[in-house]
Amino acid sequence: MEIIVCVKRVPLTQEVDLEINPQKTDIRRDMLAYSINEWDNYAVEEAIVLKEKHGGNVVAVTVGTEEDEEVLRRSLAMGADKAIRVDPGNLLPDSFGIAKILAQVIRGMPHDVVLTGVQADDLNEGSVGTMLAELLDLAHAAVVTGVTAEGEEATVRVELEGGVEEVSRIKLPALLCIQTGINEPRYVSIMGIRKAAKKELNVVKIEDLSLSRNDLSPMTTVEELFLPPETEGAQFLEGDPATVAEEILRILKEKGVKK
Amino acid sequence: MSEIFVVVEHRNGEIREITYQLLWKADELCRKGSHTLTAVVLCGEKENFISEINDRADRVILFEDERIKNFNGDLYKELLVRLIQEHKPILTLIGHTPWGMDYAPSISIKTGYPLATDCVDVIFENGRPKVVRQIYAGKIFSRVAFKDSEGYLITVRSGAFSIDKAGEHKGEVIKKDIPPDLPTARREFVAFEDAGAGAIDITQADLLVSIGRGVGEADKVPAMQELANLMGGVLSCSRPVVDKNWLPKYHQVGTSGKSVKPKVYLAFGISGAFQHVAGISGAGCVIAVNKDKKAPIFRVADFGVVDDLFKVAEALKAKLA
Repeated sequence: MEIIVCVKRVPLTQEVDLEINPQKTDIRRDMLAYSINEWDNYAVEEAIVLKEKHGGNVVAVTVGTEEDEEVLRRSLAMGADKAIRVDPGNLLPDSFGIAKILAQVIRGMPHDVVLTGVQADDLNEGSVGTMLAELLDLAHAAVVTGVTAEGEEATVRVELEGGVEEVSRIKLPALLCIQTGINEPRYVSIMGIRKAAKKELNVVKIEDLSLSRNDLSPMTTVEELFLPPETEGAQFLEGDPATVAEEILRILKEKGVKK
Repeated sequence: MSEIFVVVEHRNGEIREITYQLLWKADELCRKGSHTLTAVVLCGEKENFISEINDRADRVILFEDERIKNFNGDLYKELLVRLIQEHKPILTLIGHTPWGMDYAPSISIKTGYPLATDCVDVIFENGRPKVVRQIYAGKIFSRVAFKDSEGYLITVRSGAFSIDKAGEHKGEVIKKDIPPDLPTARREFVAFEDAGAGAIDITQADLLVSIGRGVGEADKVPAMQELANLMGGVLSCSRPVVDKNWLPKYHQVGTSGKSVKPKVYLAFGISGAFQHVAGISGAGCVIAVNKDKKAPIFRVADFGVVDDLFKVAEALKAKLA
């Protein structure tokens, strides 16, 4: 089974005060740490699990700068066989552009299964995977929480609202957008990443993909970023933990919660 | 003047709430821009959804076929692309649901209409839509414009708009035939399964002691269970806790878990992603404990504590012991 998994490096923004740049078009990134997009981490694990079961190869692909190779090396350490980075140069493609670039790369490679994360931590658009499926003319499923491949088909589980899962049969080759929780991504050690440095990591320049500027012109543009409008928000309980605990218990009593 | 399309979402013979939210917004946009509102229904034979929506749209376009009784992304895409190419609606509104996410991007590629996803507001400026989205887990808002196009596609976040009926409409029903050359779907529905049933029912609790990613590791979960027991509450959690297998799915609060309505919801180390917050709108009172003062949960909580959750948990235990 030939498996391709698309990954993205994103800033870690939990427990971080985000600031907007002076042009109001992006966040200030200079102080942020980066990691693999959480959904993509599950997608890489799922790719490796499929390979372990069915044999074949896993190729990890990203669109980004040299710094973004970090997530490819991590994917190689997890068990991917090969990695490709597409260097977009000075272009800043939107999700539509990213899908077009990925499609152009993947088209020339054997693929039975293409995996992406459902969405990315940063912009949570959730559209690259399905756009890519359409561009490659692949059957697809969004928000996948289970995959069992059998021959030329797979059974997939899709997470719906309210704890309901939709089970369906899909023809391979297919593109699946992987949801968090589908598996337990394996631990990656520094040693593992060092060892994986020997694996093949190719860089493709965007100019070599025979895409025109028109192909990559964005469908949407960010006009302005702004902070969430002020809400009344929470009334903060101040003091040491003991004082706060006392106050919480008082509120519980007031709201009629019986012990 | 043009048309605004709303694609009706339904499951198991019931219209999903997101549909009414889309219709509510579409009604407002139609009135401001002198557009007409068209609801598009793809459903099985005699599913009878018309009476529930035709007073909210000027026109209801109906495709009835057993192949689309249950959602099918391949067939939705085919039928909607053809319909959009025929009608050229200025705007098509689709729910940003697992199903909307399945076909909206495909339609964008097929029609060339630009798409903005997971939008929390839509406005028209000079005849062209703009949207507001939330990025970085709701810490930043983004106003997004489209490139010039004949029509635009927008998926809307669940809960962003009211489910109420706004304007008066009298929907004319137009039944459409399924084209004979409709391709065979590459993905076929098998069944719905309830993944959320389990040993406890978090929807009936008066007090939920709820834990999130901030708990940090599986080993810390028993101490929080102990606290829930001491307080006479039930332990629940946010998505990351289930993703990491620290607790079974039936503990999960949120859009993909359960909606809850306790008298008090005590959230420990939950950042407050919108999918989670959507599940606690019925709570009488929300108390949130989180180290991050900017965590979105504090925007919806009644009371907040900015502190290490374990310190607060231990202090509560000490008072109750």
